[in-house]
Amino acid sequence: MLAFLVQRISQALLVMFVISVIAFAIQDGLGDPLQEMVGMSVSEEEREAIREELGLNDPMVVQYLRFAGNALQGDLGNSYFYSKPTLEVIAEHLPATLELVIGASLIIVFLSVPIGVYAAIRPQAWLSKFFMGVSTVGISIPVFLTAIVLIQLFSIGVRVEWFPADTGWGQWLNGFFTTEGGLPSYGRGDELTHLFGTWESGFFTGTGLMHLVLPCVSLASIMLPLFIRLIRAEMMEVLQSDYIRYARAKGLGAGRINFLHALKNTMLPVITVGGVQIGIMVAYTILTETVFQWPGVGLMFLEAITRSDIPLIVAYLMVVGLIFVITNTVVDLVYGLVNPTVKLTGKKA
Amino acid sequence: MKKLIAAFVGSMALAAAPVALSAEATKELKMAYDADPVTLDIHEQLSGGILQLSHMTFDPLLRWTQDLGFEPRLAESWERIDENTMRFKLREGVKFHSGNELTTADVKFTFDRLKESQDFKAIFKPFSGINVIDDYTFELVTSEPYPLLLNTATYIFPLDSEFYSGQTEDGKDKSAILKHGNSFASENLSGTGPYTVAERKQGVRVEFERFDDYWDSESPGNVGKIVLTPIKENATRVSALLSGGVDFIAPVPPNDLERIKRDNSTNLVTMSGTRIILFHMNQERVEAFKNPKVRQAIAYAINQEGIAAKIMKGFATPAAQMSPAGYQGHNESLTPRFDVARAKELMKEAGYEDGFTITMMAPNNRYVNDDKIAQAVAAMLARINIKVDLKTLPKAQYWPEYDNRAADMMMIGWHADTEDSANFYEFLTFCPDADSGAGQYNAGNYCNPEIDALVEKANVETDLDKRAAMLKDVEQRLYDDAAFIPLHWQDLAWAAKQNVKIEPVLNVMNFPYLGDLVVE
Repeated sequence: MLAFLVQRISQALLVMFVISVIAFAIQDGLGDPLQEMVGMSVSEEEREAIREELGLNDPMVVQYLRFAGNALQGDLGNSYFYSKPTLEVIAEHLPATLELVIGASLIIVFLSVPIGVYAAIRPQAWLSKFFMGVSTVGISIPVFLTAIVLIQLFSIGVRVEWFPADTGWGQWLNGFFTTEGGLPSYGRGDELTHLFGTWESGFFTGTGLMHLVLPCVSLASIMLPLFIRLIRAEMMEVLQSDYIRYARAKGLGAGRINFLHALKNTMLPVITVGGVQIGIMVAYTILTETVFQWPGVGLMFLEAITRSDIPLIVAYLMVVGLIFVITNTVVDLVYGLVNPTVKLTGKKA
Repeated sequence: MKKLIAAFVGSMALAAAPVALSAEATKELKMAYDADPVTLDIHEQLSGGILQLSHMTFDPLLRWTQDLGFEPRLAESWERIDENTMRFKLREGVKFHSGNELTTADVKFTFDRLKESQDFKAIFKPFSGINVIDDYTFELVTSEPYPLLLNTATYIFPLDSEFYSGQTEDGKDKSAILKHGNSFASENLSGTGPYTVAERKQGVRVEFERFDDYWDSESPGNVGKIVLTPIKENATRVSALLSGGVDFIAPVPPNDLERIKRDNSTNLVTMSGTRIILFHMNQERVEAFKNPKVRQAIAYAINQEGIAAKIMKGFATPAAQMSPAGYQGHNESLTPRFDVARAKELMKEAGYEDGFTITMMAPNNRYVNDDKIAQAVAAMLARINIKVDLKTLPKAQYWPEYDNRAADMMMIGWHADTEDSANFYEFLTFCPDADSGAGQYNAGNYCNPEIDALVEKANVETDLDKRAAMLKDVEQRLYDDAAFIPLHWQDLAWAAKQNVKIEPVLNVMNFPYLGDLVVE
């Protein structure tokens, strides 16, 4: 176990080193950070003086060594825009993103497992076919569009007058398709509960939860179809396997077979994929956060790019790299718990 | 115990009562801009966002009115003493947020700090100093007669000198202006303005509260609290207004103007702006651009009206010069000269009937529809056989390219910080000179010393009628010479709910005077 962790930590360090080198190498292509810091009419002399102060005129290698030296002491530099240490800026924005990912993950878990299992047990039922159809549509709509449609429907509201209003059925159909709106369309709301450190949570107040609904649903909309299909396919395969047939022959109840024996083995690949997907989801939040003005790291990163806030860009990439390594490590550990036949490297068989 | 609580509540109510009486400002306004102020130090950066903040939390000596006149604010009155000196009388009894009283010492402190500020020092260059006469009288002195003295004085928002002097607990100078890193002034603020900053979370929200001791008791403003949320994404900002999440948004993207107009619960205000969008033709890179006939041919080939109507959806005013209406140099007789036949003729006369190939660059996220405008211009040039190799870039990468003059034609948008025509010429058409900084953004390398001399002369002409005539002449000469290709002035748009009366507080400089805002 210890050897496994040591191996993973050294992996994490390597990943972060590579990312920092790449990020540094491309910074010239990211533009001139000064453009965002000074007004248009500031003279070239003044600009040169600021560049010199920031050390932007030094050769790339010198800049990198300076950065690496500080990084080894846990200092990833100061953001140009926020004028604060980059890690502090990220720590301030990370809770918002994590809550978004947690919210979306909850939606995915609580919907994909029952639907996936149901669709596997009753592949011919019309409800299964309906879910599969919807999920195909869901998987092919970009999150940006989903988000805008959701805002239009549930935030602004839509008045439908497609059907003749003078007939009863027309009125009913108009009413059925008309939405009220009213859900918040941006930000996290005013009432956040302070948990600890920089973590302010929206999970404990009514308005906080309302603000979470649309962003979480849109973020979940990309992954949900994938998980439903994955669980369904895995489950169908497991249901064909010998031990399930044997269990049936033995006369075990359908519930026990499906939910204890089959589901457990179904979940193995799902956990692996899920772990990787959570990492990807952190990346997907960039789009979701932009549409909903969600003050998380995704939006922060996108703005850092438009502002050429290079220290913040580098720090963000390194932190995200770290998150990927951590989630993968956790997945491997959980995998070992669910399936005892899997051995972690370094652990004696 | 109950009694005790009751007594306590009662005393609280009593204590709160006088405040509630004196301040009728009880309305709350939620608004969304595309960005929040980058700092609380109003001398750290010269930008629209900072000026908007300045007008909310500070007051200038005098300010622009909607028709580009001046109205007194902290300066009660002013008079010209001699050619180089203007004497100001300061309003008495004005309090800063800290409780300190405003005197000329604060004005001097502010003036000296502006001269130090990297962003503002250029604007204050014509000023040689400030003479303090007594606590409420001072003089601004320029080294030469300066017709734009009052224009520049709109940038003097007196700072609380006592508040910004001395050292912080960790020994830093409170008055320091820092571009990067934290300064005292970038996080603390004490002005005379209608609002104080109650809470600020950068990039997330800023909360303003009405200043109880605000000097302007005649202000009709009745907003007690403002919550500013930056919403960068256009569609989200519009949705926030339509869904009732916010009461006031700016800017409104051209694509959504119709949608907001159609909505009965919202009110849209548009104005013709003062930011000119133009293309330079680089004479250093392209031999043909040295020929005035070729430049004129290009000017004839571009359909400004078409771009304004089709690409900008009417959200722009077609331009044939740099000075917008209301500026001294605005020359009414200059109109877009779209005429392809004439353009072809001129190309033939210049000996370029078969055309040539050029490169063009434009930003794609700086100005409204900038990349689409560039594509349209490229297509129009193709009609007179000029083949354009177009590249559009995000602004962060575009400006370094601009500084390198990396393409034959480059787009730029310019707003004159002084709200005066001369500023356009100084930055965009003066003969480029690295030492003096003249023509800093003249990517065409156009150089006409005669015109430059005329502008210099206008800059020391304090007879405004004479000066206007000179500047109009400059516009005419630049037009005849086709020194650059003007496209349009980008319009401005704001939108608010019906009960928010934004119209009287808006202006073409785009700093709403939110202190005077009335919400019904």
